[in-house]
Amino acid sequence: MHAFGFAAARTLPEALRLAAPDSAFLAGGTTLVDLMKLDVLTPDRVVDINRLPLRGIRSTRDGLRIGALERMSDVARHPAVHPVIAEALAQSASPQLRTMASIGGNLLQRTRCGYFRDVHTPCNRRQPGSGCPARTGDNRTHAVLGTSDACVATHPSDLAVALVALDASVRLVSHAGERLVRLAAFYRLPGDTPQVENDLRPGELITEVVVPRRPWARHSTYVKVRDRSSYEFALASAAVALDMRGGVIHEARVAAGGVGTVPWRLPAVEAALRGRPPTRASFEEAAASAADGARPLTENAFKVTLLKRTIVRALMSLEGGS
Amino acid sequence: MGGETPRGGGLSRRRFFGTTAAASAGVVLTTAPAPAARAADDDGAVDVAITVNGTAEKLHVDPRVTLLDALRERLGLTGTKKGCDRGQCGACTVHVDGRRVLSCLTLAATADGRKVTTIEGLADGDDLHPVQRAFVECDGFQCGFCTSGQIMSAAALLKEGHAWTDEEIREAMSGNICRCGAYPGIVEAIKTARRAD
Repeated sequence: MHAFGFAAARTLPEALRLAAPDSAFLAGGTTLVDLMKLDVLTPDRVVDINRLPLRGIRSTRDGLRIGALERMSDVARHPAVHPVIAEALAQSASPQLRTMASIGGNLLQRTRCGYFRDVHTPCNRRQPGSGCPARTGDNRTHAVLGTSDACVATHPSDLAVALVALDASVRLVSHAGERLVRLAAFYRLPGDTPQVENDLRPGELITEVVVPRRPWARHSTYVKVRDRSSYEFALASAAVALDMRGGVIHEARVAAGGVGTVPWRLPAVEAALRGRPPTRASFEEAAASAADGARPLTENAFKVTLLKRTIVRALMSLEGGS
Repeated sequence: MGGETPRGGGLSRRRFFGTTAAASAGVVLTTAPAPAARAADDDGAVDVAITVNGTAEKLHVDPRVTLLDALRERLGLTGTKKGCDRGQCGACTVHVDGRRVLSCLTLAATADGRKVTTIEGLADGDDLHPVQRAFVECDGFQCGFCTSGQIMSAAALLKEGHAWTDEEIREAMSGNICRCGAYPGIVEAIKTARRAD
């Protein structure tokens, strides 16, 4: 691990003051310490923010507000949290990692692409311009949607998929002030600049997650398909929420994970569900467009079919009786 | 136990190698009372005050040092095992403020002011913790390398108050890998310990 300076902040202004161009904020450490050990991340300074008062899980008039330093396990168990969020969290990582990892950090976790994590190989995301061995190499777990010639890495967060489905936002604070950014707009497609993963500016900190108030979104679920039944990243996942009125789907939210370079919202699938009865036939018809625009790689063409089936399974598990 | 001063007079073989490794890992001793970890000193090291198994300890550590290395190399508590050192195997599981965490992904500097419990602190003297007793009774291990992590994880699981079926217990223990495949015994041990509680 490269040497770094360490400082522990007690207040938000102190944390922002301690931040420098090559510094990193440390919360749970499950991404940062891991990638520092691998020399993938080499900050000059690490600012411990664990004592900042960025806590609390509250239902408010604006919606559900989750402090950025709340831990995954605590959020997953909280009664105010939507099932799709709780289930996405409960199926992430391992119990110890969920006890450690913060909500803000979860949204900023880095891809699990083996080439990104190995500093001895090229990687455009880690080292712009060096190349992407994944395009023709070991790419079974990589993305089929939102990829570019420069990068095909999958976004790893289950939580982000659930939050994007529910139109959640992140509150970002820096010396320049505060802004609320929709999570779907926060993440960037890799394009020619895969090293720019999100809209976070230097020295900026996520202070909370806000999920808009929408009572029907409690009728929601998260289905994750993976190589092992636990402690594994998604090959494909689906976050779905349905507003059922008079036996038909009035409104729907659908997003997918494990298949995209960013959490993948599926507005066409949502539109195709509106006004339809909750039957397997409707679900299969709506999910048919889920992989439109997919660019499969040498080893992951199976994800095109798996994605559609995962969405159908999620919808069936919500409205399976119909 | 040595309270706030470095422990032990004699150097055991393990202790000797432990301190040698500690020096190379950048951990040094301090005898002066230290303030809470706020910022690094001129030498880049950080003062950390932690309570380990009920004993107050003061460390002066390079901020790169993990809690795992501080426990093993600086405090001589080698019951906590280093398996993958990447947060994937669970062998290094300890409790920090009563919650199970991976000590290999925890920087020692961030443990300032926290209470740490390791496998050495789980028993009450010679009276084993119910989970320890159940692991012995139910053959919850073979080679034993993952066992301290399994037991720390299981003890936390019982306090968390969830995971009642075999399937739920397996899920709740999924962060602890056992290469010998002692999983059936581990599940049995957790159920036995819960009944004993």
